[in-house]
Amino acid sequence: MMRRLTQFSTALGLLAVAALAYAGGPLEGVTEKQATNWHAIIMFCIFVTMTMGITYWASSRTKSTADFYTAGGGITGFQNGLAIAGDYMSAATLLGLTAMVYTQGYDGYIYMLAFFAGWPIILFLMAERLRNLGKFTFSDITAYRLDEGKVRTMAAISSLTVVCFYLIAQMVGAGQLIKLLFGLEYNVAIFAVGILMMVYVTFGGMVATTWVQIIKACMLLAGGTLVMILAFSQFDFSFQNLVEKATAVHKLKDKLMYPGSLLADPVTAISLGLGLMFGTAGLPHILMRFFTVTDAKEARKSVLYASGFVAYFFNVIFIMGLCGILIVGQNPEFFEGGTVGGKLIGGGNMVAMHLANAVGGNMLLGFLAAVAFATILAVVSGLALAGASAISHDLYARVIMKGQASETKEIQVSRIATICLGFVAIILGILFEKQNIAFMVGLAFGVAAAANFPVLILSMFWKGLTTRGALFGGYGGLVSAVTLVVLSKSVWVDVLHNPAPLFPYGQPALFAMPVAFLLAYIFSKTDSSARAKLEIDAFEDQYVRGQTGFGASSASNH
Amino acid sequence: MSSVMYERMRANPKFQELVTKRSRFAWTLAAIVLTMFYGFVMVVAFNPASLGQPVSEGSMLTVGVAVELFMFIFFWSLTAVYVRRANTEFDSLTQEIVKEAWKENK
Repeated sequence: MMRRLTQFSTALGLLAVAALAYAGGPLEGVTEKQATNWHAIIMFCIFVTMTMGITYWASSRTKSTADFYTAGGGITGFQNGLAIAGDYMSAATLLGLTAMVYTQGYDGYIYMLAFFAGWPIILFLMAERLRNLGKFTFSDITAYRLDEGKVRTMAAISSLTVVCFYLIAQMVGAGQLIKLLFGLEYNVAIFAVGILMMVYVTFGGMVATTWVQIIKACMLLAGGTLVMILAFSQFDFSFQNLVEKATAVHKLKDKLMYPGSLLADPVTAISLGLGLMFGTAGLPHILMRFFTVTDAKEARKSVLYASGFVAYFFNVIFIMGLCGILIVGQNPEFFEGGTVGGKLIGGGNMVAMHLANAVGGNMLLGFLAAVAFATILAVVSGLALAGASAISHDLYARVIMKGQASETKEIQVSRIATICLGFVAIILGILFEKQNIAFMVGLAFGVAAAANFPVLILSMFWKGLTTRGALFGGYGGLVSAVTLVVLSKSVWVDVLHNPAPLFPYGQPALFAMPVAFLLAYIFSKTDSSARAKLEIDAFEDQYVRGQTGFGASSASNH
Repeated sequence: MSSVMYERMRANPKFQELVTKRSRFAWTLAAIVLTMFYGFVMVVAFNPASLGQPVSEGSMLTVGVAVELFMFIFFWSLTAVYVRRANTEFDSLTQEIVKEAWKENK
């Protein structure tokens, strides 16, 4: 039965690819460069065929819940490191950050450091205990000694909030990008992404999702490095030479290498730093990756490899962006109407793509376009799996069935949840097509930093945390993060068309995080129930397990 | 059952040793990263001009780029240092603690 379903799904996937290829004909308003689409489509088809093969193989190995959620804990540290890097480096990283360096210069580099600096902290303070206490989702940790039903419901709500906002950002980005690069209709692109994602996750579970992520991470690293080398070689690999020329032509002139307008006031700078750093430590699809390895040792190695790849790639992007200033920014071919300094063809985010075209021709452009598509697909799959596990493991198996659900039933529920999330993603993607979605990723990080992170870190480090405190802290963080984003410029003015924002800053973390911590503290301290006392007493055992890993779920269980 | 094991491990002086050593090490490294990163963010916020200066006369390499590149490499080296020590020294200490707790069982 399963096998037949898988075959059917593979066929379905290939059909989607065929539809992609078919719809790849020229659309109105395309330039001659649209011919490159075929390179992109062929390379993307190779990627899809390969990952479909892996999904087929993975489906035969996905039998238990542990296989489905965490690939049976059998991923090695190196593989997992690549997969984490893959989860973390979305298309927004490649396209958005290259574009940011291109327009803002040094500011883009500051952003990248903020994205990176969370990783060492996660390793030093969290990786160990995450692996030792968790099993499938991060709420396994908060639920260890607190009231399971309430705490898991809360974690599931905030996880799904994060996943949905992140999904919208990825889906809308995917639609726009594919429309541009492949010449496909927006809706066709959205459906292609949604359906492929459903196939990967439903049939292959974490095994397939991880391998999709690994392949994509390798493609991204290789593609980015190649473009960087080809571009940088035009400046004899001399940073001096590159920056000299770039500052001479850039509209920021000498200010190109100065911190600039993006981080103009201290509050924005600090809030952004907090949001990016601790948001990373609260993203459900990243946290889930700590449970796919055998033990704490491999979990630590994963972070080492992942942060190495991320740091390397950010520096590659910095060089790419600077090269883009000269190679793309000075070439009339890449501007609408051929006026240098006007609007870039395809919009500001296309710098990386134009750069690939300029230094490596259609072949390289096609490759990088395929990489971008694969990237979106992989990130969306990881998100869908994290969302589905919040529904099936936290809500269904632990809260509704109180741990009485059979494994088969639980997997079934997570498959259904994945398909539902897939459709939700498709619908949201279509609804938000014309919306300004710039705030979505910021919101996802803000909620992760203010709702997930405080409760998670307190439950691991602070003996005194009780269920009441965790609930007030978690919901308080969630509500304040969402409220502040809604009142900020990106929603209040740009989406709701009010004249002035009620909250003057873009990132809520600096304000929402203290709210969460404070509420958790006050309501734990004033909790004098008998239950609270038991919870505090239970910390000792949790502490020993967190430190030693004794009793932790391991690969041998499965 | 596991509660008894946890009790025994907690009573083992080696457990205290592990916890003290590892916590001190992890928090020291974390403090270094946090201080450097937020120190840098403060400079960005309050004295951005200082980051735009060249590291030496005529060089296009600015202080800001040099400092950041250094932080990328340095932070990653710290993770390597931590992983190395945790995966050898701390892990073998952990194994001893668990083994000794089992032994008391017999």
